[in-house]
Amino acid sequence: MFSMYVPILGLFALAAAFAVFSVAVAPFVGPRRHNRAKLAAYECGIEPVDQPLTGGRFPVKYYLTAMLFIVFDIEIVFLYPWAVANDALGVFGLIEMVVFIGTVFIAYAYVWRRGGLEWD
Amino acid sequence: MGDITAPDLSLAALAPLLFVFGAACVGVLVEAFGPRGNRQPVQLAVALVGTLGGLVSVLLLAGRGEVTAGGALAVDGAALFLQAVIAGLGALSILLFAERALDPARSAFVTSAAVPVGSPRDREQAMSPRVQTEVYPLATFAIGGMMLFAASNDLLIMFVALEVLSLPLYLISGMARRRRLLSQEAAVKYFLLGAFASGFFLYGLALVYGATGSIRLSDVRAYAAVGGADVLLVLGLALLVVGLMFKASVAPFHTWTPDVYQGAPTPVTAFMAACTKVAAFAAVLRLLYVAFGTSEWTWRPLVYGIAIVSMVVGAVLGLTQTDLKRMLAYSSIAHAGFLLVGVIALGAGSDGGGSGLSSTMFYLLAYGLTTLGAFAVLTLVRDGDGEATHLSQWAGLAQRSPLTAAIMGIFLLALAGIPLTSGFTGKFAVFRAAIEDGAWPLVLVAVLASAVAAFFYVRVIVLMYFSAPAEEGPTVGVPGLPTTIALAVTVTATLVLGVAPGPVLDLAQRAAIFVG
Repeated sequence: MFSMYVPILGLFALAAAFAVFSVAVAPFVGPRRHNRAKLAAYECGIEPVDQPLTGGRFPVKYYLTAMLFIVFDIEIVFLYPWAVANDALGVFGLIEMVVFIGTVFIAYAYVWRRGGLEWD
Repeated sequence: MGDITAPDLSLAALAPLLFVFGAACVGVLVEAFGPRGNRQPVQLAVALVGTLGGLVSVLLLAGRGEVTAGGALAVDGAALFLQAVIAGLGALSILLFAERALDPARSAFVTSAAVPVGSPRDREQAMSPRVQTEVYPLATFAIGGMMLFAASNDLLIMFVALEVLSLPLYLISGMARRRRLLSQEAAVKYFLLGAFASGFFLYGLALVYGATGSIRLSDVRAYAAVGGADVLLVLGLALLVVGLMFKASVAPFHTWTPDVYQGAPTPVTAFMAACTKVAAFAAVLRLLYVAFGTSEWTWRPLVYGIAIVSMVVGAVLGLTQTDLKRMLAYSSIAHAGFLLVGVIALGAGSDGGGSGLSSTMFYLLAYGLTTLGAFAVLTLVRDGDGEATHLSQWAGLAQRSPLTAAIMGIFLLALAGIPLTSGFTGKFAVFRAAIEDGAWPLVLVAVLASAVAAFFYVRVIVLMYFSAPAEEGPTVGVPGLPTTIALAVTVTATLVLGVAPGPVLDLAQRAAIFVG
C-alpha cells in the first residue's frame, strides 16, 4: 500500500539534497566577480519601482486590482468547464451557474459603487 | 461524454443556510446602493432578519435527518441543534454590534480599519461620527459559514465553511475604534495563525483522501472500519484535528486566543468566544464521531491528552492575568478542555450511544450564552480610553453600579460552574458522560482544573464587592436597547439553564443524532 508513495519520498529526498548541495557547494566553486548588476534586487527583469519620497508606502490600488482580477479569473475558471459540459449538465447546471454569476455580480456591484474601479 | 446527474438538493433542508447567506448578500447590496445616512438601521434589520430567519427555519426543520446536496450536507439532529445555537448567539452578537449608546463616537467600530495608527486620518476618524456598517454583512457571512460548518458532511465543504467563517472574523477583529494598534495586531496575528491552521486542515484532508479515496465522512468511516490501522489515515486525522482545535482555541493551539480576544472589539470578542467555539466543536464532533467513530482508538488518546493540556493551561495561566479580556480568553481555553471531556465520552455504541454528544451540545449552548453575556458586561465599564478592562479598575464596582456587578457576578459564577447556574449543569453533564465512559482520571483532572479556574472568577467577584473603589475609577455606561436585550436574554438563560435545565437537556438528548 505504501510502496506507491516511495517515488514521492524519493522526490522529497532528491529535492532536499539538491537544495542543500547547491547552497553548500556554491561558495566554494563559484567565481566571484563583483559588478553593479550584482547589487540589483533582480539580475534580470524590471528594476524595482522606488518607494515614493513622501511616506514610503505603496498604493493599495495595486492590491485591489489584483484581488479583483482573481475574483473574475475564478469566475472564468468555473464558466469555461461549464460551457464545455453544458449539454451534459442541462438545466440544473444553467441554474447553478446563474446563481453563481449572480453572487459574483453582487461583489462586482459593491466594488463598483464603492469606487473600487476608479484609479484616482 | 458521460451522463452527469444533478445532485439531489433539498431546498427545505438548506433553508437556514440560504436565509443567512441571502441576508449577507442583501447586506452587501445595501452597502453598495443604500444611502449612507440610514444604512445602519437597515443593515441591522437585514442581519437580524437573516439570523433570526435562519433560527426559525432551523426550528421548523426540527426532527429531520437527511443527507442532501449530493452527500455534502447532513441535516440531522445534532446539526440543527448546533445551527440553532449559532444563529441565536449570532443574533445576540449582532445586537451587541449595534450598540450606539456606550461609545462617545456612537459605535465600537472604526470606518477605515487599514489607516495607519497615529496618522492624522486615524486621529480624525477616532472621533468621526461616521458608522461602520460593513460589519453586519461580514458577521452574517461568518454566521452562515459557521452554520455550514456544523452541517458539513464532507471534508471539502468543511474546509470551505472554515474559510467562510474565518475570513470575515480576521477582518472584523481589526476594526476596534479604541486601541487601534492592539486591534490591528490582533487581526494580523489571527490571520497569519489562522491561515497556518487552515493549511494543516487542508494537508490532513489531502492525506485522508489519499488513504481512503474519498472526502465523504461516511466513506472515511466505512474505510476506517474495514482498513483499520493505516498510518496515512491517522496522520491525516491528526492534521485535521490540529486545524479544528486551532479554531476551537484548545491548548496547545491556543496562543492566538488571548491576543486576539484582547485586541478585537469587545462585541466581536463576544461573537468569537460564543459562536466560533460552537461551530468549531460542531465540526470536531462530526469529524470524530461520524468519520472516525468506528476507529476511536486513533483519536481518543490524542483528545485525552489535549483536553488535559487545555484545562491546565487555561486554568493556570488564567490565574496570572490582570486584564479581564485576557482572563476570559484563558477561561475560554479551559472551557474548550472541559468540552473535550464531553467529546471523549463517545460511548460504546459510537452512534450517539454515549451521552457525550448531547452533553457537549448542552455545554456549548450554556457556555456560549454565558461568555457572550460576560463580554457584553465588559462593554459597559469604560474610562476615557474605551473599555476599562484592567482588573484594578473593577475594584469596588458594586458600589458604582450594583446591577452591573450582580450581572457580571452571575456570569462569573456560571463560568466557574457553581450550582444553580448553567455552567454547573453543563459541567455536570459532560463529567457524568465521561465517567460513564470510564474516563474518570480525565474527570479528576477536570474537577481540579475547575477548582483552580474558580479562583480567578471568584477573585473578580471579591474585587467588585469587597474592595474600595479607586479614586479615578471607570464609569459604568447605561446601555441602549440592543445590549440590554442581549444581557437580559443571556442572564435569564444562564439562570434558567441552571435551575430548570430538564427540557433543554431532553432536547439535546433527542437531537443527539448524526446521520452520515
